[in-house]
Amino acid sequence: MSEKIHVRTQINGSDVDFLCENRQSLLEVLRDVLDMTGTKEGCNDGNCGACTVIVDGTLIDSCLMLGVEAQGKSITTIEGVASPDGLHPIQQAFLENAALQCGICTPGFIVAAKALLEREPDADEGRIRHWLAGNLCRCTGYDKIVRAVLDAGQTMRGN
Amino acid sequence: MAEKGSRARAMAGGTDILVQLRGGRFKIDRLVDIKGVPEMNQLSCSTAEGLTLGAAVPCYRIYEDQTIQKMYPGLVDAAFIIGGIQIQGRASVGGNLCNASPSGDTIPALIALGAICVIEGPKGRRTLPVEDFCVAPGKNAMEDGELLVALQFPPPAPRSGAHYLRFIPRNEMDIAVAGSGVSVVLDEDRQHIKSARISLAAVGPTPIFAREAGDLLAGKEANEESFEAAAEAAKAAARPITDMRGTIKQRVHLSGVLTKRALRKAVARAKEA
Repeated sequence: MSEKIHVRTQINGSDVDFLCENRQSLLEVLRDVLDMTGTKEGCNDGNCGACTVIVDGTLIDSCLMLGVEAQGKSITTIEGVASPDGLHPIQQAFLENAALQCGICTPGFIVAAKALLEREPDADEGRIRHWLAGNLCRCTGYDKIVRAVLDAGQTMRGN
Repeated sequence: MAEKGSRARAMAGGTDILVQLRGGRFKIDRLVDIKGVPEMNQLSCSTAEGLTLGAAVPCYRIYEDQTIQKMYPGLVDAAFIIGGIQIQGRASVGGNLCNASPSGDTIPALIALGAICVIEGPKGRRTLPVEDFCVAPGKNAMEDGELLVALQFPPPAPRSGAHYLRFIPRNEMDIAVAGSGVSVVLDEDRQHIKSARISLAAVGPTPIFAREAGDLLAGKEANEESFEAAAEAAKAAARPITDMRGTIKQRVHLSGVLTKRALRKAVARAKEA
């Protein structure tokens, strides 16, 4: 069981090789093997969305995917959201709207919002709230988060 | 899987089984990722053949498919409300069925639509109607070494419609207190019901096929009076328990309300079909 498995994957555009145990989740691999601690662990059972990442274009909870399943996949984590030129419009909007307090849920919200706005940049409030239902925040009451995503959508549409 | 028997389990999206394994609900020696098997990822839909839904196909592929949206909106209803977007990116209808939870949202929709399980095992391939698949909470009719390969749906009959809905105290991301999935076929006059199937979630040890509730609608006019009669029969078929999610009284009541609402919507869809 403790025999480690070699996995080759792509994370935030770079090829990555890692060794993991067959029972380790992708979340554990990201945080404990690759030291990419931007992705957070909240509930570790698929309720809170703090560990949200994008795998081959699909939004998932990394606590509910095994590390070995990453073989041959392309993964985007919170570390891949900002560009060398600066923050992503969603990150900027979170700052400007004070859309975070303790910050544990924030990476998950930002990655989830990115997946939404890249496919539906004109998502309205109802759509945003529905899309983000799998991300829990126990501090903000969600309103500022939703407003930040609405603002980011506007920026990304070029208005 | 046959080699390890009950110590082996299949994994599609893993949204149930990884949580259960971590929680120590059962112990296994082998977990088999079935997502690489082409037949289990198959999603083919046509008016002639109906729908073949591979057991590992995640929910989002179902509700984003425009042909399925048109032909099986009752299935889309259920696939669209399981968990949040992240869960729908991984969780499969096949897995929801194999997990055999009384509250599994897709199961009443599958039963209402007359879906058939295609099961492969050491003794060969067999089929089983979905209503016979769940045998107890968390237990299904498959033997050790057997595997759900796909679900097969008959082509929708002319003038047919289906709907699934549930009651939850939150707007999203919750487990059904009660749910009702129905399908109806209308007569050529589009005013009378030719046949109907009704199935309930979370009001018994397994999803319930309320056969009598559907059968009594045959030949009846598609109106509130008929829906009310079917709702009463659905309430009679419900055998819920009281737990943290709801009481027996509330769940029986909900079974009626949800069945009536599901029938209204299914009939409206059938009139447009």
